[in-house]
Amino acid sequence: MRTIFSKQIEDAVYALAERACLRLTPSCRVALTQAAEEESGAAKFALETVLANADTAAREKMAVCQDTGYAVVLAEIGQDVHIEGEPLSEAVDEGVRRAYADCCFRKSICDPLTRVNTADNTPASLHTEIVPGDKVRLCFLPKGFGSENMSRLYMLTPAMGRAGIVDAIVETVRLAGSKPCPPVVCGVGIGGTFDTCAHLAKKALTRELGSHHPREDVASIEQEALEKINALGIGAQGFGGKVTALGVLCEVLPTHIAGLPVAVNIQCHCMRCEKAEI
Amino acid sequence: MKRITLPLTDDIIEDLRAGESVLLSGEILTGRDCAHKRICEFLDRKEPLPFSLAGETIYYAGPCPAPAGKACGSCGPTTSARMDSFAPRLLGLGLKGMIGKGERSEEVCAAIRKEHAVYFAAIGGAGALYGNAITNSELVAFPDLLSEAVYRFTVKDFPCIVAIDCKGGNIYIK
Repeated sequence: MRTIFSKQIEDAVYALAERACLRLTPSCRVALTQAAEEESGAAKFALETVLANADTAAREKMAVCQDTGYAVVLAEIGQDVHIEGEPLSEAVDEGVRRAYADCCFRKSICDPLTRVNTADNTPASLHTEIVPGDKVRLCFLPKGFGSENMSRLYMLTPAMGRAGIVDAIVETVRLAGSKPCPPVVCGVGIGGTFDTCAHLAKKALTRELGSHHPREDVASIEQEALEKINALGIGAQGFGGKVTALGVLCEVLPTHIAGLPVAVNIQCHCMRCEKAEI
Repeated sequence: MKRITLPLTDDIIEDLRAGESVLLSGEILTGRDCAHKRICEFLDRKEPLPFSLAGETIYYAGPCPAPAGKACGSCGPTTSARMDSFAPRLLGLGLKGMIGKGERSEEVCAAIRKEHAVYFAAIGGAGALYGNAITNSELVAFPDLLSEAVYRFTVKDFPCIVAIDCKGGNIYIK
């Protein structure tokens, strides 16, 4: 049994939140640079502005995007770890609270009905998974809602199969149009239940852009959906162009014999995700 | 790139064409979801608004707090479509310009033509760059809405694309 103090987790969340909101992931930056080279006109202008913005954010220590998001924290807790101190959720929230206050990040969380802001960007959306080992792995994903709003969940029938999955992904991006800040990234959950499928889609967004699923049949869905999305012509910011998505990242889970859930979680081009291990 | 000094005049609006890039300088108001809802609640109650919209340009944005030594934090545009149900009413009160991101509804496009107004697309996800182009920020109304309150910004060389012009030109229609 290894003891980890809740303060270590709080401090790690603080550091991840700060780093995540100040920069694009390196693989996102590479993809945006390639997209800017492929485009022309207003779409090229948009992509070049976004790349210049990343430099400004780094230089001025300002949030890359003002939507510093819902603080999504994916935590893998080794089953040989004992956490001492505050409850885990309080440690995570305190890390978020301090980082968003100290770094001048926007507080975007409110009551769904009264719309009154919690004023400190808590609670975080914390997901824990118990895994073998004696480490804690944390992944911080500040999730903007312009893109979250455009996400969809489909309960397909088994007969709809692979073609139905590809159609669902492409349709989600087509319906989103210019609204979620394209070029987008699609995190796709395939299988599981209504809820685990949606979670899987979020988890897919923590993968590196440019990576392929190790299963060949899944990787081929990623590839085909990406090609069809980029044939839609929506382009950066909806200004028209060849690059409407930077990547499609699929994850799979076994599902029920009667169903085929597919969740498509849209991520804008401002991909921010940081990881740490304690 | 065309440089435009705000406030917008009928002559400036007349010359703008969808697809052209512009640099905006001058004063703009901010307002997003909650502020729009509240403005329309004032109108429903037939109460005077705490500020005038006549001749103004509104920026659909909710900024990050200002770091020390800056007028404003990161402040890019939010998705305009969420303001579509309110926008024709605001245009009816003399609002001349809107800055946001993404396509607008048919009703908003029609109101832009009818009221001789313009919709600019700022580049979503470029919050640091826009925040840096804000040289002054003053609270105008609804302080309880925090980042969603109405602010008056002074901006310098705000890069935008004319997205929907007063003649019906629309960059989102291919």
